Amino acid sequence: MNALTGAYVPGDSFLHRMPTGAKLAVLAVCCTGLILLPSVWAMAGAAVVVVLLYAVARVGAAAAWAQVRPVLWFVAALFVIQLVLAGPSAAVLVTSRIVLAVALAGLVTLTTRTSAMMATLERALRPARRVGLDPFRLSLLLSLTIRSIPVIAALATRVREAQRARGVEWSMRAFAVPLVVGALRHADALGEALSARGLDD
Amino acid sequence: MKWFSPADVARVAVFAALIAVLGLVPGVSLFGGLVPVTAQTLGVMLAGLILGSRRGALAVLVLLALVAVGLPLLAGGRGGLGVFTQPSAGFLIGWLPGAFVTGWIAERGGRSPSMVRLLVACLVGGMGVIYLCGIPVYAIFGDLTLGGAALFTLTFVPGDLAKAVLASWIARGVQRAYPGAIPTVHKRPRSGEEG
Repeated sequence: MNALTGAYVPGDSFLHRMPTGAKLAVLAVCCTGLILLPSVWAMAGAAVVVVLLYAVARVGAAAAWAQVRPVLWFVAALFVIQLVLAGPSAAVLVTSRIVLAVALAGLVTLTTRTSAMMATLERALRPARRVGLDPFRLSLLLSLTIRSIPVIAALATRVREAQRARGVEWSMRAFAVPLVVGALRHADALGEALSARGLDD
Repeated sequence: MKWFSPADVARVAVFAALIAVLGLVPGVSLFGGLVPVTAQTLGVMLAGLILGSRRGALAVLVLLALVAVGLPLLAGGRGGLGVFTQPSAGFLIGWLPGAFVTGWIAERGGRSPSMVRLLVACLVGGMGVIYLCGIPVYAIFGDLTLGGAALFTLTFVPGDLAKAVLASWIARGVQRAYPGAIPTVHKRPRSGEEG
């Protein structure tokens, strides 16, 4: 499972070197812009720009395809519906808008390290202090979650094996109840450990 | 921030991880894989039922934040900013108020919430609220009418109904086995902590 490395593809294009905050701002502007594009020709121009950006970033075709693939079944279904309801140009406009927005967002994900994203997120969370949320606790929360994923995944594997041994492997409830109770036990022990280390002040 | 004690930090983190892990449980595919039914929304409902409104919503928020920074924690290994620019993004965002409302209803059941209350909490929060957020976004992205978008999401209803029943049944089992899993019981300040 590569769940903890993210989809980042190393490189040193200008997209890789651009500050994360700036990339996110540009992405927001572009996605808004896509909604405002009036014609199929403008959309084709935007598509060329997106393809060029992918080429400049040198992330490889496989990584690009992996970003867009999850929406394809939806886009295909939507294309048919729009074709029937609103005609071919509307169908092309609506579906390509979705594919391009997903591709652009995917490009930001592919060219930004998860650690850089986390740092930006933590900076963005700083104003949360004003509503009483301690930013340190929030960033601790994020790292604790990442750390807990392999722990809970291992717990799920153990419970599944126990289920198989009992011969109830098809019961979702026989799987989920021990899993959730085990997760809560782990959480409450973790909470005690955090208190013991002085997080409680 | 009394509701955000170290015990809460730990519970929220572990539940966010639990929702992520439930995404790895292979789901049943309806209609030849067109509509993936995964255990992940089951996790969202459970977060509300067991952590309560604010902590449940916070667990979902943490998961979505980690997805946004690029970790592939959604079912099928999806992640990254792309999931928030898709037509289904509204459903994902809807998990937040969904978990909150589920928790809000469950919390009002006091120290032993009934099975019926848990089920209603899942139906209202885990389905109603999520659909309410998801369908308009679907309609805007897909340039469909609200009715058309609602028709499109009808495919999720059987799976979600099954998950609502399952979630309340699981939560009831967990709360019997571990009384600290009831939101109002967990909220009580322990001895030694000033109120």
